[in-house]
Amino acid sequence: MSEKIRSSEITDEATYFNRRNFIKAGIAAGSLAATTSAFRYFSPARSNAPEPPALADVKRSDPTDAGLTPNTYEEITNYNNYYEFSTSKSAVAAKAESLVTRPWTVEVGGMVHNPKTFGIEDLLKFEQEERVYRFRCVEAWSMVIPWVGFPLKKLIDEVAPLGSARYVAFQTKYDPIRMQSSFAAGIDFPYVEGLRLDEAVHPLTILATGLYGKQMPNQNGAPIRLVVPWKYGFKSIKSIVKIMLTDREPPTTWNQASPEEYGFFSNVNPDVRHPRWSQASERRIGEIGMRPTLAFNGYGDEVASLYSGMDLKKYF
Amino acid sequence: MTDVRFYKTLLWVNSLIPLTILGWDAWNHRLGANPIEYFLRATGVMTLVFVLATMLVTPLRKWFGWNQLIKYRRIVGLFAFFYGLIHFTTYIVFDRSLDVGGTVADVIQRPFIALGMAGLLMMVPLAVTSTNAMVKRLGGKRWQMLHRLIYLTAIAGVVHFWMIVKSDVFYPAIFAAVLVVLLAVRAYFSIRRRKLSAANA
Repeated sequence: MSEKIRSSEITDEATYFNRRNFIKAGIAAGSLAATTSAFRYFSPARSNAPEPPALADVKRSDPTDAGLTPNTYEEITNYNNYYEFSTSKSAVAAKAESLVTRPWTVEVGGMVHNPKTFGIEDLLKFEQEERVYRFRCVEAWSMVIPWVGFPLKKLIDEVAPLGSARYVAFQTKYDPIRMQSSFAAGIDFPYVEGLRLDEAVHPLTILATGLYGKQMPNQNGAPIRLVVPWKYGFKSIKSIVKIMLTDREPPTTWNQASPEEYGFFSNVNPDVRHPRWSQASERRIGEIGMRPTLAFNGYGDEVASLYSGMDLKKYF
Repeated sequence: MTDVRFYKTLLWVNSLIPLTILGWDAWNHRLGANPIEYFLRATGVMTLVFVLATMLVTPLRKWFGWNQLIKYRRIVGLFAFFYGLIHFTTYIVFDRSLDVGGTVADVIQRPFIALGMAGLLMMVPLAVTSTNAMVKRLGGKRWQMLHRLIYLTAIAGVVHFWMIVKSDVFYPAIFAAVLVVLLAVRAYFSIRRRKLSAANA
């Protein structure tokens, strides 16, 4: 019962192939666009965050004194570990734009004679000096960073520790509304860190308020962070809101997350290997090859005496 | 141009897009502050994507009857090996500076590296026996048995990815979930086949 198809109804050959080619071209273009954008989605992000204003009255130093060439501002501010914002180092800069750093207070207390809450303006009144330090991340990369800040000792002296105080505990701000990390970040917030009191008052230990002569960029731990250059970077806690003196070893975030991988001391030590990174070498950001890692990140002359008599493989 | 040739060409071009973008970005210094690390991660992830994609072909054929897909599986599998080789070479050249002693130490001290290497090594016989001539020489059954090694490669690869991640296991978990589904599908079909042949006996 089929109707007879009239020859005029049959699509002629040329049109048929044209249509097929047209569909193929569509499939080709569509698939190439889809693959490209799917791959592009995971490309490293770039932040357009404006550079923060300059800090006033900074005592400049000459980085060549230490034989160090600082990394660029671009490198330092686009490759950050700040898990409260993101676990992707290239994504932190853009996400950290939401951090509000004014007003900002740092509570300093615990086992001290004069507990006190400092506003960020008070902290900027300490004499600000430039310190060009090597910075070694536990992930086997490193940078050279021209920090601006002041010795932590000056702050601790103001609150006058009790004779029984032996440790200093630090805490990062935690604002779950503005800090939207991956739900699988894998560490607990607020982020906490700690130092022994003699480490905290060592002249190399600073509270940094900026870098490259500018106020601290959000992604680097604005408005004030710790810098302990002979320890792995995660000890140098960011965006501090609380500093407490205590007589017992305080809990520290990465140590709690994985005690066999991250010790309390976490001094840079090429001889103590890590399950994921050998720690014998590191990649300086901006360089292609690896360079050997130095004991105490090259600050052994200044700090090794803090640990005399200690087995640093046991107390890693 | 036949349709199969057209789609094979399209598959080739699509498979080379990630490498092309990586090369273009590297040339223009757009791989971020640590380009080597980014390149290493990206090629590793691409290896896993292609490994899992080859394992997707059989379930799609069985469920939807898309038997045509078998014609394209070899290309996908060879691209998995290709990206795996680039990943491995990047590690040897840039992370280990071609130092054999340092690499051996790294493999012994870091199980995730040993796992990654095992995964890649298991792909070597699969790549070698991927030609039509080799399928004929081995015979279909034996060829199929040998190529089930891809399951072990996939497991090694996903665990390797999981272990390198410091604490945020979101992406490795996605790959692990896909792998679990792909393996479960095979277990299901294998049990069903056995039951059917038992019933027919």
